[in-house]
Amino acid sequence: MSPSRRDFLKTGAAAAAVLATPRVLSAAESQSLLTSPTPLITAPTAEPYVIELAAEALGAAKDAGASYVDVRIGRYRRQSVNTRERQITGVSDTESYGLGVRALVNGSWGFAATSAMTKEGVVKAAREAARIAKAAKAAQKRPVELAPTPPVKGTWMTPVKRDPVDVPIEEKVALLFAANEAALKVPGVRFVTSGMQLLREIKTYVNSEGTETTQTFIRVGPSFQATATGKGGFQSYSEELAPRASGWEYFQSIDMPGNAAKWANLAVEKTGARTVEPGRYDLILDPTNLWLTIHESIGHPTELDRAMGYEANYAGTSFVAPPEKQIGKLKYGTELMNIQADRTQPDSLALVAWDDEGVAADKWLIIEKGMFKDYQTTREQAAWIAPLTGVKKSHGCSFADSWDSVQFQRMPNISLLPGSRDIGLDDIVAATDRGIVIKNRGSWSIDHQRYNFQFSGQVFYEVKGGKIVGMLKDVAYQANTPVFWNAMDMIGGQKSYWLGGSFGDGKGQPSQSNSVSHGCVPARFKNVNIVNTGRGE
Amino acid sequence: MTLKSLFTPAEMADAEFLSREQAKALADRVLSFAKADETRVTITTGWAGNTRFAGNEITTSGGTTDTVVTVTSSIGKRRASTSTNVLEDDSLKRTVELAERLARLSPEDPEAMPELGPQTYTPINGYFEKTAELTPEARATATQRVISVAEAEGKAAGNLFVAGFLQANARASAVATSKGLFAYHRGTDVDLSVTARTPDGTGSGWASNGARDWSLIDAASIGRIAAQKAVASRNPKAVEPGMWTVVLEPQAVADIMPQLIGTFNARANDEGRGTFSKTGGGTKLGEKIADERVTMFTDPYDPDLLGSPFDSDGLPLKRVVYIENGILKSFSYDRFWANKQGKQPTNSGGGGRGGGGGGGLKFAGGTKSTEELIAGCERGILVTHFFYIRSLDQRTVMLTGLTRDGTFLIEKGKITAAVKNFRWNESPLFMLSKIEEIGKAERTGAGQVMPSLRVKDFNFSSLSDAV
Repeated sequence: MSPSRRDFLKTGAAAAAVLATPRVLSAAESQSLLTSPTPLITAPTAEPYVIELAAEALGAAKDAGASYVDVRIGRYRRQSVNTRERQITGVSDTESYGLGVRALVNGSWGFAATSAMTKEGVVKAAREAARIAKAAKAAQKRPVELAPTPPVKGTWMTPVKRDPVDVPIEEKVALLFAANEAALKVPGVRFVTSGMQLLREIKTYVNSEGTETTQTFIRVGPSFQATATGKGGFQSYSEELAPRASGWEYFQSIDMPGNAAKWANLAVEKTGARTVEPGRYDLILDPTNLWLTIHESIGHPTELDRAMGYEANYAGTSFVAPPEKQIGKLKYGTELMNIQADRTQPDSLALVAWDDEGVAADKWLIIEKGMFKDYQTTREQAAWIAPLTGVKKSHGCSFADSWDSVQFQRMPNISLLPGSRDIGLDDIVAATDRGIVIKNRGSWSIDHQRYNFQFSGQVFYEVKGGKIVGMLKDVAYQANTPVFWNAMDMIGGQKSYWLGGSFGDGKGQPSQSNSVSHGCVPARFKNVNIVNTGRGE
Repeated sequence: MTLKSLFTPAEMADAEFLSREQAKALADRVLSFAKADETRVTITTGWAGNTRFAGNEITTSGGTTDTVVTVTSSIGKRRASTSTNVLEDDSLKRTVELAERLARLSPEDPEAMPELGPQTYTPINGYFEKTAELTPEARATATQRVISVAEAEGKAAGNLFVAGFLQANARASAVATSKGLFAYHRGTDVDLSVTARTPDGTGSGWASNGARDWSLIDAASIGRIAAQKAVASRNPKAVEPGMWTVVLEPQAVADIMPQLIGTFNARANDEGRGTFSKTGGGTKLGEKIADERVTMFTDPYDPDLLGSPFDSDGLPLKRVVYIENGILKSFSYDRFWANKQGKQPTNSGGGGRGGGGGGGLKFAGGTKSTEELIAGCERGILVTHFFYIRSLDQRTVMLTGLTRDGTFLIEKGKITAAVKNFRWNESPLFMLSKIEEIGKAERTGAGQVMPSLRVKDFNFSSLSDAV
C-alpha cells in the first residue's frame, strides 16, 4: 500500500476527525503526521461491492421481519512464521472472507454467516438469520432492547508505518534466524524457537440505523524461547514479547537479534536455580507477569454477561455478582488500585474506533481506589445496570473474532494505573525483607467464578534484606482474588508502566478468541501462598 | 464484478458442504494451477448450527457455512502452505502461487516427506441425517424441552437458572495430491451441555453429552441431571484439601485423560525427552506403566468412535493401542519418524475429535456403574467435571485445574454432603497406577469413550469458593 500524497492528505483530515473519539491528536501530532518521512498508512475505504452485498443482506433481513439488522463483512489475512535454530518449522498464510448478519425479530437474536459472497449467498444468510431469530421466540423471556447510539460513518486504521503482512518473507525469516543465531552462541543453549504471528483484518460494519464503518486492524505478535542444559537438567525461558496493535516497526523496536543472547542467558541461569520452599512470601510481580493476573482476576469477573450468568455453561460466572450488591460496595483491593478500561489506548490490541455495534471506543474506570465501580457492557447490556451506574450508553465492548462468529461482550484493554510515586521494580525490591520476584507468564489456571487462582512465571528471584540473592524454580502463587488485591501494598509509577497482552482470550460457545492488552506497573502483594509445582518425586 | 468460478452462485449458496464430486472438481481445479514439484490440496467444508441459552431463554444462535482450501506446495525439500475460502479462480491461483513462492523462499526441510500417491480407504459412515437436519426450529424445541425439564426437576430449590449450548456440525474433508491421491469423508457431530444454578447462588450442576448421531442424545435427561446436581450441591461445606480417594464421572475422566495422547509420540520418547524415555537410552515400550485393567486406543473404525479414515496428509488411519492391560503397547509415528525407524506410520496430521487425532479415543471400561463405584468407596469425593486445566510439567503430565458443578463427599458408600470445589495438582499418568475401580465406559462426546474411575490419593491442593 503506498497512498498518494493527495489521498494521504484527504484521509489525514478524515482520520483526524475519526480519531477524535479514541485518541485526540494534538496540533503538533497532526502536523507531524503530515510531515513525517514515514507516514502512517491511510485507512482503506470499503470496496463498492462490499457495500452492495451488505445492503442486500440488510434488506433481505428487514424483508423477513427484522426490526434491527447489522451486517459485518470481514477479510482476514493471517500469517505466521515459526523457526527452530537454523530451520523454518512452519510458514502459513491464510485468507478468510465472508459475511455475517445479525437480525433482531420480536426481541430475539438470530445470526447467520456465509462465505458465498454473492447476492444469492448473502440473501440466503440474511433470511436464515431472521428464521433463527423467529425460532428463538419459543424460548424467550425478555425481549432484547438496545441502548441508543448515534449513527456514524467513517474509516479508521490501526496507526502503522509499515504493513507487516506486506514485508517480504525473506526479511521476516532473516530477523528470526539472526535472533536464533545470537542465542545459540550462548554456552549451554541447546534449542531456540522464534516466531511471529501477523494479522490484517478489514472489517466493514453496516446497521439498519444508518451506521457504516470500515476499519483495518493490524496486529503483530513475536515469540522467542531458548532451552539450555546444565547440572539441573533442561530449562526453557520464554521472553514476554507482548503482541501489539502495531506495524512492522514494532519488530524493529524490540530488537530480537540484539536481545536474544540476554534472553538465552536466562535459560542458562535457570538450570542453576534452586527449588522453592513452599510457604508465605511477599510477592513482587513484574508487569510482564502481572498483566495476565489482571486479565484473569479483574478482566473476566467484571464482564457483565458473566456476572448475569450468560457464560455459566462454559467460562463460568463471576464473584462480582449480582450487580446491585457489588457496584460501589465491593472493596476489590487496596486504595492503590485504580483499574481502567480503555479501547483508545495506543498500541493496545483492543484499540478500535468503533466496536462491532458501531459504538465509539470508550474509556472508563472499573475500579477506583479499590472500590468496584462499573462493568464492561454492550448495547444490549447497558440498560441492565444503568440505574446503578447512571451510565445509559454502551461502553462499546461488542466484538466478534470473525465474520462467521456472532458479536458479544468482549474484554476491552483493562489496566492497572500507575501509582503517584514514580518508583520501579528495584525500589520495591529494596523495600522488601523476604520475598519473591516473578517475571513473565508461566502456567495459569483460575476457577469459574474467578476466586481461586494459581499462576506461575518464567523466572523467579529470591529477595532477602532488600536484595535479589538468587534464582528459584518450580514457583507458583495461589490466592483468592479479593484477598490478593487487598494485600497489594506497593506499586510502581509511570516510568515502570508496561503493556502486555494476548491474542488468545477465549470465551463463548462456540468459543471465540479476543485480542486484548493490559497495562500495569510492578506491584507487591503481602504474605502470599507460594506452592512448589515440581514433580514431587 | 465478474467472477470465474467452478460453481454457480446458486450452487455455492445452496451447498451446506461440498459433495465428493464437487470436492474432487475443486481439488482438480486447484491442482491444475500448480507448478511445484508436488502439491497437496486439503479441503474442509461444512455447516454448523448452534443454539445458546442462559437465563432460561435462548440468547444467541447461529448458522454458518464455509469451505476452506489449503494448498501445500513442495519444491524439492522446501515446503509451505497457504489457504483461502474464496473459491474463485483468481483467488485459487493466487493462493497456489503464494504457496509456491513461500516454498521457494523457505530453507530445505530435511524431514520433508514426499506426498502420498493413491491410497485405499475403507469408508466409515459417520454421517447422520438426524444431526445434519437439526434446524433452528428443532434446536429451539430441544432447548425449550431441556429448560422446562430442568425447571420442573429443580422446583424444590426455587426457580433454577438454566444455561447451555447445543451445536450440530455436518462437515466433509477432502485431501488430494498431485501424485493422484484423493480422499473424501463426511461426518456429523452434535453436543449438548446444560448448567443449572440455584437461585440462592450456592448450587450449580452440569451435564453434557455428544455423539455423531443426534438420536443417541437424551436431551431431557441432560437437563434433569444438571438440575438434580444443582439442587444437591447447595450449601457446600468445606473439607480439608489433601490426598483423597475420588470417584470421577466419565465426563471428568474425559477432561483429563486425552492430555496423555502427546506422551505416546514415538520421536520424543526415542530421542530421550519423552515421558516414557529411560535414563541411559531406550523406552518403556512393552513395560507395565499402568494398572493392568487399563486399555486405551484410537480406532476410527470403532462403532463408538466413527472417526475419519485418513489424516490431513491423506494417510489411512488405523487402530493404535497405546496401553493394553497396563502395558505400554505402541507409540504414534508420523511419516518421517516411521521411515527413519523402519516402522509403519500411524498419523502425521491432526483433525477429528475426541482427543485421539482423527481416529478418536477410547478408554476401555469395566462392568460397574458410577453408583457402584460410589457404593464401594469408604470415604472420598465425587467429581462431576473439571475446569481450567493447565500443564505444570509436560514430561510427567502434571496438571492443575479445578472441580466444578457438583462436587460431593462420599462416606461409607453414600453421598453425604455437597462440598466446596477444589484446586488440584495431579497427573493422569500417575492416576493410571492408583486406580481402585474402572466403571462402565460410555460415549462422552463424538469420537470419545471414557469410563468412570475410582482413584486413590488424588491431590487436592486448595479450596475454591467458586460455585
